[in-house]
Amino acid sequence: MSMTFFIPQDTTALALGSDSVALTMASELKERGVEGGIIRNGSRGMFWLEPLLEVEIDGSRLGFGPVKSSDMPSILDSLNSRTKNTKSLNHPLFLGEVNEIDYLARQQRLTFNRAGVGDPLCIENYQRLSGFVGLTHAIKLKGQEIVDQIKDSGLRGRGGAAFPAGIKWQTVLDTVGEQKYIVCNADEGDSGTFADRLLMEADPYQLIEGMAIAGLAVGANQGYIYLRSEYPVAHKILNQAIERATEAGFLGENICSSGSDFFLEVRLGAGAYICGEETSLLESLEGKRGMVRAKPPLPAIEGLFGKPTVVNNVLTLGAVASILEQGSKTYKDFGMGRSRGTLAVQLAGNVKRGGVIELAFGVTLREVVEGFGCGTYSGRPIRAIQMGGPLGAFLPESQWDTPLDYESFAAIKAMIGHGGIVVFDDTVDMAAQARFAMEFCAVESCGKCTPCRIGATRGVEVIDRIVQNEDRDNNLILLTDLCDTMEFGSLCAMGGMTPFPVRSALAYFAEDFGGESPREN
Amino acid sequence: MDKRTNIDQLIEQFKSLPGGLMPLLHAVKHDVGYIPDDSVEQIAKGFNLSRAEVHGVISFYHDFNTSPTGQHCVQICRAEACQSMGSRQIEAHAKKSLGIEYGETTKDGKVTLQPVYCLGNCACSPSIRIDDDIHARVSAASFDQLMAELRSPATTHAGGKK
Repeated sequence: MSMTFFIPQDTTALALGSDSVALTMASELKERGVEGGIIRNGSRGMFWLEPLLEVEIDGSRLGFGPVKSSDMPSILDSLNSRTKNTKSLNHPLFLGEVNEIDYLARQQRLTFNRAGVGDPLCIENYQRLSGFVGLTHAIKLKGQEIVDQIKDSGLRGRGGAAFPAGIKWQTVLDTVGEQKYIVCNADEGDSGTFADRLLMEADPYQLIEGMAIAGLAVGANQGYIYLRSEYPVAHKILNQAIERATEAGFLGENICSSGSDFFLEVRLGAGAYICGEETSLLESLEGKRGMVRAKPPLPAIEGLFGKPTVVNNVLTLGAVASILEQGSKTYKDFGMGRSRGTLAVQLAGNVKRGGVIELAFGVTLREVVEGFGCGTYSGRPIRAIQMGGPLGAFLPESQWDTPLDYESFAAIKAMIGHGGIVVFDDTVDMAAQARFAMEFCAVESCGKCTPCRIGATRGVEVIDRIVQNEDRDNNLILLTDLCDTMEFGSLCAMGGMTPFPVRSALAYFAEDFGGESPREN
Repeated sequence: MDKRTNIDQLIEQFKSLPGGLMPLLHAVKHDVGYIPDDSVEQIAKGFNLSRAEVHGVISFYHDFNTSPTGQHCVQICRAEACQSMGSRQIEAHAKKSLGIEYGETTKDGKVTLQPVYCLGNCACSPSIRIDDDIHARVSAASFDQLMAELRSPATTHAGGKK
């Protein structure tokens, strides 16, 4: 009986001890003389089950999780006593066929369909699962034809701003220039988001493929992945993947004998949240302070080093690979309204079953949090949900039936952003969360715009005074006024959207700020 | 090899790379452990920039510390997902049990405590990072255990700073 074991090596699995699980498994196998190899795969994104051990046996992928090193002997015993061709095993951690776990089975995975299946660095495995098919298609097309496919798919930027990717590409294609760049924004700084990280760690070639396609589309021969320094595992995996893809001819000179070159490099950020804003990111890539630039000029016309540049999020570029593989229509058939395709929702914080959930746009927040998340980790009632990162609104239960669609969220003064959902139970102090939003802005502001730079610090002070009931009415007016100033007087979303969590906390959770219900703006 | 020669070699390696200042600063930090104040002039000269420009870049980014850290850097995630799982308590416990504030190093020189805003491990919060290793679902008790391992003379933690 031959068995192959899969033990993930993504950040979350490692953070929960998957290395020691792999070590123990290796020595157990050796000791027992069992025929079987261990593959370090990426995660499936079901982080609540990590470390998730999978066993490939008789064509099935059976799961156990979450496992500890000390579980290895009993798991091997149960596999040993297994009757051939049955999928049931007598072990408390046994999960059955991994693809049939409801959390995974109910998803619509286009971008994450390969995540966790095999060794993320194995090119043969990537190709076996339709990898580089999109690139092969793209090579046969003219730049304009590739751009048209992206336009037809309805793909919008997944970083948060949701700008139509095809229009951005068209601008870069139409701008005359000897040198153009593809920049991948992998500065995934929003709390509660980790889908970029999962894609880079579990399926890095998909990002590489998407970037190479973007290069062919607009005529760029150089790409940069701007990766946050908080992701050491992704850094290592990406560098290895680029090296292997270059050796295999998918990157570098004359990629896939197309006559076009595409060079790719990872550049590390240095702990500045603001560098997730595209113009600040470009400044940082140029080796400068990450100060936000005024737009226009658009980066598509004058971007990196003043050249026409496509700046896209990891998931946008990942989706490009599947659009070119399966066609724009297939992609467009998912979703609702003007939000086409799938959204990688990231369920995080105080939640029982957190992870990456890829679904067509249109599912409600409640369906995700209750249906997939199954309530809080602490077992207490959910009180607030923050959607879209630190600049996103805090939503009370009355808003949870909003469908996940860019326009529906904008209508309730909230945003989907990069798809992060952070759940808080009823012990949360919403005044403290509002204060933190201002504090975070004060720490991370690039300092270019006065409302953001000074306003955030003043915001912390004003919230403190409100909570201490000091000249309450006037300070509430002042806070509303300050939020207006930040919202309308800042160049980018940092200052412009920090008021969202503050205002929503005040509007929906007024009781936490002491005193009677304050006015809602 | 002394610090200065080492930095000179790194400057040589990165000065003609487009946007090479950030990779250079990361390399200096990796090799020296911090960005020495007296390297600013050297870097400025190598990159044909003013000292003010180089200082401006170093001071903009949280990662580029200008004084030595302890043997290990311990970062506690302060972002929202970790807060929802009690990171404020972990933060208070860490400061109290180590007897230091953020940016400070323990007296034995082993641990420097730093804040971090998200490690991308938000489904299994609260998280901390010790050098290049991330730890999930940290409690006060598991924090103490991790610190004891770091500070015990017998263990050398993988990924530790030189």
